[in-house]
Amino acid sequence: MDILSLLVIIPILTIIGIVFCQTQKQTRIIAAIGMSIQLLQSLYVVWAYLKERSLGNTAEMVFTRDYTWFETWNIHYAIGIDGISAAMIALTGVVIFTGIFASWNVKDLSKEFFISLILLSMGVFGFFISLDLFTMFLFYEIAVIPMYLLIGIWGSGKKEYSAMKLTLMLMGGSALLLVGLLGIYFHSAPGGGPLTFNILEISKIDIPVNVQLFLFPFTFIGFGVLGALFPFHTWSPDGHASAPTAVSMLHAGVLMKLGGYGCLRIATFLLPDAATELSTIFIFMTGTSVIYGALGAIMQTDLKYINAYSSVSHCGLVLFAVLMLNKTAFNGAVLQMLSHGLMTALFFALIGMIYGRTHTRDVYKMGGLMKILPFLSVCYVIAGLASLGLPGLSGFVAEMTIFVGAFQNESLFHRIFTILAISSIVVTAVYILRVVGLLLLGPVKNKEYLSLKDAEWHEKLTGVVLIIAIAIIGMAPLWLSDMIMDSLEPIMQKLTSIK
Amino acid sequence: MENWSYIIWILIIPFLSFLFAALPGTKLKSSVSGLVGIASILSVAILSYITAYSYFFVSGKTDGVFQKIIAFNYVWVRFSEILQIDIGGLLDPISVMMLVVISTISLMVHIYSWSYMHGETGFARYYAFLSLFTFSMLGLVLATNIFQMYIFWELVGVSSFLLIGFYYEKPSAIAASKKAFIVTRFADFGFLLGILLLAYYTNTFDFITLTDTNGALITSPVAATFMGASVLTWAMGLIFIGGAGKSAMFPLHIWLPDAMEGPTPVSALIHAATMVVAGVYLVARMFPVYLMVAPDALEIVAYTGGFTALFAAVIACTQHDIKRILAFSTMSQIGYMMLALGVSGYGGEKGLGYMASMFHLFTHAMFKALLFLGAGSVIHAVHSNLIGDMGNLKKYMPITHITFLIACLAIAGIPPFAGFFSKDEILVAAFEHDKLLFSIAFFVAGLTAFYMFRLYFRVFWGKKQAYHHAPHESPLIMILPLILLAAASCLTGFIPFGKFVSSDGKELLVHTHWNIALPAIGFALTGIFTAMAFYRKETNASKDITNALGAVYKWAYKKFYLDEVYLFVTKNIIFNGISKSIAWFDKNIIDASMDGMALVTNYFSDKIKGAQSGSVQQYTWWYMVGSIGIAVFVLYFLMIR
Repeated sequence: MDILSLLVIIPILTIIGIVFCQTQKQTRIIAAIGMSIQLLQSLYVVWAYLKERSLGNTAEMVFTRDYTWFETWNIHYAIGIDGISAAMIALTGVVIFTGIFASWNVKDLSKEFFISLILLSMGVFGFFISLDLFTMFLFYEIAVIPMYLLIGIWGSGKKEYSAMKLTLMLMGGSALLLVGLLGIYFHSAPGGGPLTFNILEISKIDIPVNVQLFLFPFTFIGFGVLGALFPFHTWSPDGHASAPTAVSMLHAGVLMKLGGYGCLRIATFLLPDAATELSTIFIFMTGTSVIYGALGAIMQTDLKYINAYSSVSHCGLVLFAVLMLNKTAFNGAVLQMLSHGLMTALFFALIGMIYGRTHTRDVYKMGGLMKILPFLSVCYVIAGLASLGLPGLSGFVAEMTIFVGAFQNESLFHRIFTILAISSIVVTAVYILRVVGLLLLGPVKNKEYLSLKDAEWHEKLTGVVLIIAIAIIGMAPLWLSDMIMDSLEPIMQKLTSIK
Repeated sequence: MENWSYIIWILIIPFLSFLFAALPGTKLKSSVSGLVGIASILSVAILSYITAYSYFFVSGKTDGVFQKIIAFNYVWVRFSEILQIDIGGLLDPISVMMLVVISTISLMVHIYSWSYMHGETGFARYYAFLSLFTFSMLGLVLATNIFQMYIFWELVGVSSFLLIGFYYEKPSAIAASKKAFIVTRFADFGFLLGILLLAYYTNTFDFITLTDTNGALITSPVAATFMGASVLTWAMGLIFIGGAGKSAMFPLHIWLPDAMEGPTPVSALIHAATMVVAGVYLVARMFPVYLMVAPDALEIVAYTGGFTALFAAVIACTQHDIKRILAFSTMSQIGYMMLALGVSGYGGEKGLGYMASMFHLFTHAMFKALLFLGAGSVIHAVHSNLIGDMGNLKKYMPITHITFLIACLAIAGIPPFAGFFSKDEILVAAFEHDKLLFSIAFFVAGLTAFYMFRLYFRVFWGKKQAYHHAPHESPLIMILPLILLAAASCLTGFIPFGKFVSSDGKELLVHTHWNIALPAIGFALTGIFTAMAFYRKETNASKDITNALGAVYKWAYKKFYLDEVYLFVTKNIIFNGISKSIAWFDKNIIDASMDGMALVTNYFSDKIKGAQSGSVQQYTWWYMVGSIGIAVFVLYFLMIR
């Protein structure tokens, strides 16, 4: 049995299981069991990957499988992973697992809710294991569509507007992306012969530079929209604000990572000449994202808006690092994806838990929660510290790797934007501490909150699992960064071959 | 060779103690967490003393020179083939000296807090944070490379943040903790840029490689310049910004006075003896680099130190809060240390400033911790921080009184107390380098004596207060650290410090320069007697002077309005100016244009949806119009042809 396909099969089996459930309790138990298995499976994949490497397997991708799916167009179900996708799979496993527990008390249409949620995660898993551009795109769409339903039905506030906005903007991104992917496909056989969607095969050939220059913006922006690239980020604040907790977690935690992953694995890997030539303009856009998102977060009053803008800033850093086109920065980009995925999932989980108790997300209406909800508050502080880059938590390792990498690029333009991006560490500290001060510390503002209960077991589980993951990356990053670094070798070879 | 690998336990023990106290949350009995904290720091202190003994007296020296020894080293993360961060332990004279200082003061504070913090709700949390701080600070001084130092630098910053904000329901404490963190974060931004720049040109973070005085590595990229200064000068200058932020040098000092919102023992440990001297330690650690490739940056260090010493001393004369007076005096004394480093050269007699700076750091830690703990004892008794609420306490608190007096004499530089010896070396070093800096240092010495004794006389002598409850001496467990630190303040001056710590690791023999020492003592005594004349009894003399100085006094009292300037910049420019306009721009321009696109689409679809009305007449009509149109068009083209 191939262990990668299991990552897609387990969610499908879980969904089938849920279909036969009668009550909300059964539903969530089946979902929890399914996703626990999925978490174990994704961790096992990482372990198996590391073992495979230690046994001396130096293939570019391991555990590869290839089944022809649609012969006329040479579409395959081709799968395989390297260190980067293994890391992303583990991230997705952790986030979907905790997402189930964060939505433990969804009462309305719980069956449909869990089905959509798990379907979404299946799309993400499929995306990360795919080696075939077409299959990858298919899984990408599978991940985006349930989002519309999840926000539109189970959301809050202006949910219909937000759901529509988010879906349309992401679909707009997909349209651009499709142009890019098809363009790559039609240039995948310069010497004649069958065209191919297979990433590994395309990476062996050189697409003409003028074609690359045309396709790169489509691909990069297409993925970039998903990664909240300025100025296509406005779906993020509204979308997150309306989305139910687990959806925000999955969306900011893993779905936005599809953007960064795609920019690295497809836009940069397959179109290296264009990436080098066009990096300036995109450095401008992503660098702006970083500082703009951070500054935009300072004066927001809605907890989810603060986090949405902070995500714009942090995900901007991912794309920014990708454009620096060196190994250290790439490594940092992947680490930042992991780190941001975990801590933003934690943030959204906690915001959901707090909202579930106080029924407001306005920071000025709350205050002194530390005294009432100590567990949730301490988790919030830890998430905040991770976000502002405290050593020992994941954010620091990722940011420092990016900064060191970005600084290796000696062009003055890049250097200026690097310095601007680094200045975000100060701005991040400002908005994080502002929220912590307003929300958690100080005297209790609203006496009605004094009767609130602190976290229940499933909420504690969510918080603890995410914090442990954050701390593991933060304290012992060596194995992870080495694993990613090894897998960056093909991309680096491709890049250096053109210089 | 001795096996130094046990040094790693100096880091592991406090970290475990932190986890032990932090993880169970409120479930742990507070006394257990306190005892575990004290026991762990006691074992760390013993390990540090063993290390110091074996390093300084047994095996640290080779051929008469103290060696830099890597006690342990692990790769923490790899950035590229060349750059990586290690976590390790570097032993050399200054790091071993710092181990002794940190573990000693930390032990005293742990013991003292047992009684001082008794009955506080967050007792376990308090000890957890203290352990976290001790761990981070020890990691900082043991750092083998500049990035490890940066890591622990951030960690001490966050422990300081947590401890300043210990009383988290108090708005002023929250504001102070936030301010401390953000101001130092801003400085760390400079520090980080400096590290990146340095690493870019030298391809290493490693201290031993960087500070190797024979190496050509560091001197090779000097040629690259940016805006008139070599890039390495820029790098070292930026790194100094980090140090200046942590060490509360002007103009990044504004967080330190506010940081006094934390519990008093915390102020003694973090904001007087250990964390705030991290900047000095950083400059000392990188000293050969400063000297070899960035002498301009070193000059900046000297003048920043000198100016801060003066600036803070002036403000200290006007304050009314006992802890704030001590905070400004800390700034002033750290200014001395920076100044001494800035005027120092390398090797032999030329390295006097370096040695003097470290010596002052050492003695200052002892007497300043004593002052803060004494202040804590006083605050504990009268329940107020304001010296206006104190007076005549010598009657009620004899031991606190005597120990506080010793500390005051030490900081004023009166022999034979510790401060005299170290300050004398600083004055000598400054005298040999730069007369302007020397005069500043000399003047500040007198000012220091004046404001410290103003404090002393107002608290322990002065007017007889009508106390609600008669103050009484603090319990033994608080008095014990006071006595031990007082003993240290009396004796540490006699340590032949140059034998152990010097710029090049060789022995440096120092002796008192009476030609400079005598005038300095005289000037200090003048300060003391002036303070005595004004404040020993309640007189109006001080009020008269205050009134006579008028605006100048108010300026100094308001700390020269720097806080207001910062507040204006952050609140009006960054928050309301930039951030609000970005939020507006995002909502009304970018998002609105996205919504606009949707509106336009809607509009057109609304307009053309009539085309699919289902009405046959309409279809027929359009069919006719279309057919005729095409016919005309085709005919027209045919005619042209």
